[in-house]
Amino acid sequence: MDQPKALPTNYVTQPDKIATSKGKTVRTEEMIINMGPQHPSTHGVLRLEIIVDGEIIVDAIPHIGYLHRCFEKHAEHMTNYQQVIPYADRMDYVASMNNDWAFALAIERMMKIEVPERVEYIRVIMAELQRIASHLVALGTYGIDAGAFTPFLYCFRDREEILDLFEMTCGARLLYNYIWVGGVSHDLPQGFIEQAKEFCTYFKPKIKEFNDLLTYNEIFIKRTAHVGVLPRDVAINYACSGPMLRGSGVHWDLRRDDPYSVYHKFEWEVQTGKGEVGTVGDCWDRHIVRVREMEQSVKIIEQALASIPEGNVQSAIPKRIRPEPGDIYVRTETPRGELGFYVISDGSGSFYRVKARGPAFVNLSVLPEISRGAMIADLTLIVGSVDIVLGEVDR
Amino acid sequence: MTAQELLDTLSSRFGSAILESKLDVNQPWIKIDGNRAREICLFLRNEPSTRFDYLMCLSGVDYNDGTLGVVYHCSSMEHKHKIVLKAICSKDNPHCQSVSAVWGTANWHEREAFDMFGIIFDGHPDLRRILLPDDWEGHPLRKDYKVQEFYRGIRVPY
Repeated sequence: MDQPKALPTNYVTQPDKIATSKGKTVRTEEMIINMGPQHPSTHGVLRLEIIVDGEIIVDAIPHIGYLHRCFEKHAEHMTNYQQVIPYADRMDYVASMNNDWAFALAIERMMKIEVPERVEYIRVIMAELQRIASHLVALGTYGIDAGAFTPFLYCFRDREEILDLFEMTCGARLLYNYIWVGGVSHDLPQGFIEQAKEFCTYFKPKIKEFNDLLTYNEIFIKRTAHVGVLPRDVAINYACSGPMLRGSGVHWDLRRDDPYSVYHKFEWEVQTGKGEVGTVGDCWDRHIVRVREMEQSVKIIEQALASIPEGNVQSAIPKRIRPEPGDIYVRTETPRGELGFYVISDGSGSFYRVKARGPAFVNLSVLPEISRGAMIADLTLIVGSVDIVLGEVDR
Repeated sequence: MTAQELLDTLSSRFGSAILESKLDVNQPWIKIDGNRAREICLFLRNEPSTRFDYLMCLSGVDYNDGTLGVVYHCSSMEHKHKIVLKAICSKDNPHCQSVSAVWGTANWHEREAFDMFGIIFDGHPDLRRILLPDDWEGHPLRKDYKVQEFYRGIRVPY
């Protein structure tokens, strides 16, 4: 089904096709360059086919699918709904907890299962810890993209503390399979709450340290301000979500705007990009939104730890899950944005169809729009600021 | 705007293109004619009272009765209401209008639906496979899919 693709003509700095050099006219030609599939700046196996005119990008075409693991096909072939959770883990492997939660929530909404209050609190704590861990990876590697290696080490040092908490809870450091339909697999271990509180106290000053190291570094600002500007209307039209959307100044967070769980009980604020050092919606805005979201997450975790109720961690659910025939779309806010599951049940014990709407997949689709007219050297920073996880893009 | 009001608006404006609806479920849906999907979606996006500016998800479905479906989950950031649209096409002639001109996000979702179900979106600017290799045979999420024996000399079924 290959159709010839017309080159876009609306890029910002369209140079004349005829350039002059020392009184002579020289013809310039566009060139196609492949970036990836293993280029370090692509954060995984992503191939970017870029059409350049000199140093300027005329078009960037992402080629994905190198990590396609057939999540949807597998899910249809499982004999049980619960068996799919480990697969959901492996979609966005930097934020597994959030994926588990989104998936479990879809089944729970379908079955109309109420989970105990304690479970909601545990889930919020885990999801927000995971959000911090995921943002730390995003911010650390973004520093590397900009040529700053040290912040990366600081980020991973702090992320380690969070992974220790997860390991303490469920034994795994990356792929947890912790949040199950109707509850969580284990209760919090002894000493978790104290250690989590210690982490919050430890982590708060580290955000300032990180900002001093990277965010307000003059070179970093010069590299990211005014670069890769994603206007508000384009962001909405492309259904961007998460820091990508908020970076463009849209006040939108599913935790507040399509509420689920107990987020309404906590005090926190939605962070948006304001164009403090450049244009609203540039790479720096997306970066600062992530940094500020970490602060908000710490706030949520502290409140949740202080008020977590006692109780059961598994609600009574049938041994074999059989939702009524029907369909449902459930969305949650993961570190990357809106993760939705569209689930169709035919009344049997396994999925009829499940579609995972990954935030990274959708956010990546706007890349051609924001990289047209940019320099090749800036493309690295634009891709980094989208914060893709190829496991989720390809599923 | 409630789902009932929305249905009335659409029926009075598009008449025969609105085929069926179910509003008493958790997430109400309206079935539309896939060959008029673009104008219906454009109206829903532009009309001030509906303003469905955010397409959450677009999925292909195989209903296993000789039909394929496209499901649009639309929401509005301004009014915070949602609606599900469904379009149906036959498996033998799977054509549906593309809405990628209405919502940019539909571009990749439609490519995925084409890849997995073989639904051809008329008017799509760049309808290629997206997740599978370009020379893959068949559309894997169709219920009657049979996997090919060899792909470039590599045995596929395990």
